[in-house]
Amino acid sequence: MTKSIFYSIIFHAMMIVLTALSLPFMTREPISLPPIVSVELIQITDKTNIPFAPKARKIIDKVKKEEKRVVSEQAPPSAKAKEKPDRIPLPDEKKEKKEIIKKKQNPEEIKPQIRQSSEFEKEELINTNEIAALIDKAKEEIALKEIENKKLTQSNVKNSFATGLSLSEEDALRAQIFGCWSVPLGLPYDKDLLVRLKLELKKDGTILKSEVVDHQRMNMPGQKFYKILAESALRAVRLCQPLKVPPTGYEKWKNIQLNFDPTEMLKG
Amino acid sequence: MKKIIIFIFIYLISYSYSNALIKVDITRGNLDPLPIAVSPLHVESASENLENLDTKKLGINISSIIEKNFKSTGLFNPLKREAFVQKPDIAHLKPRFEDWRLIKAQALVTGKLSVKDKKLKVEFRLWDLTASKEMIALSFTTTPSNWRRVAHIISDKIYERLTGEEGYFDTRIIYVAESGPKNQRVKKLAIMDQDGAKTKYLTLGNELVLTPRFNPSNQMVTYLSYFRNLPRVYLLDIETGKQEVVGNFPGMTFAPRFSPDGKKIIMSFAKDGNSDIFTMDLETRVVERITEHSSIDTSPSYSPDGKYICFNSDRSGLQQIYVMKSDGSNVKRITFGNGIYGTPVWSPRGDLIAFTKVRKGKFYIGVMRSDGTGERLLTENFYQEAPSWSPNGRVLVFYRETKSGAQGKGFSAKLWSIDITGYNERKIKTETDASDPSWSSLLSK
Repeated sequence: MTKSIFYSIIFHAMMIVLTALSLPFMTREPISLPPIVSVELIQITDKTNIPFAPKARKIIDKVKKEEKRVVSEQAPPSAKAKEKPDRIPLPDEKKEKKEIIKKKQNPEEIKPQIRQSSEFEKEELINTNEIAALIDKAKEEIALKEIENKKLTQSNVKNSFATGLSLSEEDALRAQIFGCWSVPLGLPYDKDLLVRLKLELKKDGTILKSEVVDHQRMNMPGQKFYKILAESALRAVRLCQPLKVPPTGYEKWKNIQLNFDPTEMLKG
Repeated sequence: MKKIIIFIFIYLISYSYSNALIKVDITRGNLDPLPIAVSPLHVESASENLENLDTKKLGINISSIIEKNFKSTGLFNPLKREAFVQKPDIAHLKPRFEDWRLIKAQALVTGKLSVKDKKLKVEFRLWDLTASKEMIALSFTTTPSNWRRVAHIISDKIYERLTGEEGYFDTRIIYVAESGPKNQRVKKLAIMDQDGAKTKYLTLGNELVLTPRFNPSNQMVTYLSYFRNLPRVYLLDIETGKQEVVGNFPGMTFAPRFSPDGKKIIMSFAKDGNSDIFTMDLETRVVERITEHSSIDTSPSYSPDGKYICFNSDRSGLQQIYVMKSDGSNVKRITFGNGIYGTPVWSPRGDLIAFTKVRKGKFYIGVMRSDGTGERLLTENFYQEAPSWSPNGRVLVFYRETKSGAQGKGFSAKLWSIDITGYNERKIKTETDASDPSWSSLLSK
């Protein structure tokens, strides 16, 4: 009996300590973070990582030699000139040759990270306002205000620390949905237009389950616009599927929440 | 014991972090027109054929009008019928959603109609193809000659369901139909559907008519006409054709316009070179002065709540737009840009004021917020003016004069429409030259 009381007291004390530790975070104002400038992390290769002086010359020479070799590989026309003009190649043969030429024209493969960035992503990465704010102090306050309003970077930071979804992965997903979401233009932009969608995803990014968090609001009187907005958001995610999700860490992104808010866009 | 407590503590913290839901904010979307398939309405085989109406073609005719309406908004992209994958009657019962999705449609309109006992019955359904479900289904019964209106009403219902704002297709535009040379212009009052169909002339053209304006709450029109060189303000009931003179006014009278409740008319009178704004109660016929200033105050227009009036005045030197309370107090200038501003009209939504701006010899139609901020010039031309709002506040109709003839000596006046984004400028087909348009409220309201 006394033992169980003892355990109960300890357990309750622990809960109080936990609450005391976590509650202040809820009441405290969110920290106003400086604007985030996205930086793409790349691996430093032997080419770019130039060592100290004594070894440098050797390595630079080596690299130059390699580059020369690459240039010589890029000159296939001489081989082509040797071909007999009257010989008609077989169709299969032709295809093979084309492929070989293609490979030679691109001796160094472009990294997929660079190729994947779409127009939307670029806009996200190069936010001129944010960069201007770093240079021009007068704009700094405006940029900070914008960020506070959007709460966008807050969730980015939280996500990247808490769940491991990187900024570029999140941007890719965001850019994909931008393209699929046809915003209903007649919405009253002075009302609360936040629609939260909870999605359960399959490993390939297709949607297993979708749910509007405030679904009861859809049928409330005077909230017809909310129903139309929620439907447009649902249409967007269905159109976009399979969503661009990372190949790993399924357990982390299996459940995801998308917050649709067109207020800024509608205000123009 | 200590170990257990530490273990529970660490477990709780790590659990809360590992289960934090990923949240992604989506603050932008695209403004591309929504791909929509409008399947021809299925005509039931038992339908009667009428003397002046080919019932069999009615299904295609109605769907064509719906398609045209959607296309004119710039918000929808009606897909070509050749790409349709299902017969209208089967699609109306239950569409094969996967097949319609293949042609990249996001919404589908299906329907059927029948004519029995000289009554036309039309039903339609709107389908969300991504969610594979019905969004709206309605049925109408009317006289067969009303088939065009049915098409407009269906367009309105679909527009409202997909965009969240009221449609504007079941509406009419009243305008001044012009013909003859410039120095001997014959001006008649004419009315047509918003798509340019069903034109009807309301006056004979013996007297000069100007500035017709719809009552925002019903189908009454007020306009100005000259009788023995004296301006008279008339009231005309479109439904009954009944016309009455509101009054003879001294000097020049300009631009009578209804108050939002339709109980008053607001206009300006010019006397001894000075023009001020007055209202007239239509029941009591009492005239009340609103402004008293040595400058020229004209073109008054009420805000939709009736609390404010916008007008233009040259009290600061150049003609600019001002806003005041409806009793004439608290006058504030709201335009400060370069150029002359005129013909302000308050949007039915209340958020914007449309205007005509003249700068460096060019005419612009633009919109701005009711406090004068956020000015956007939508269209520029050699001569254009008199914007009028669609009842949902999304589109403006105005008239534009262009030079015509081989040597450019003649001129032609036509009606044009543009939406408030400035992207969707269209010419409205009229039988004659046209000016001074005014858009009605929804007929089916």
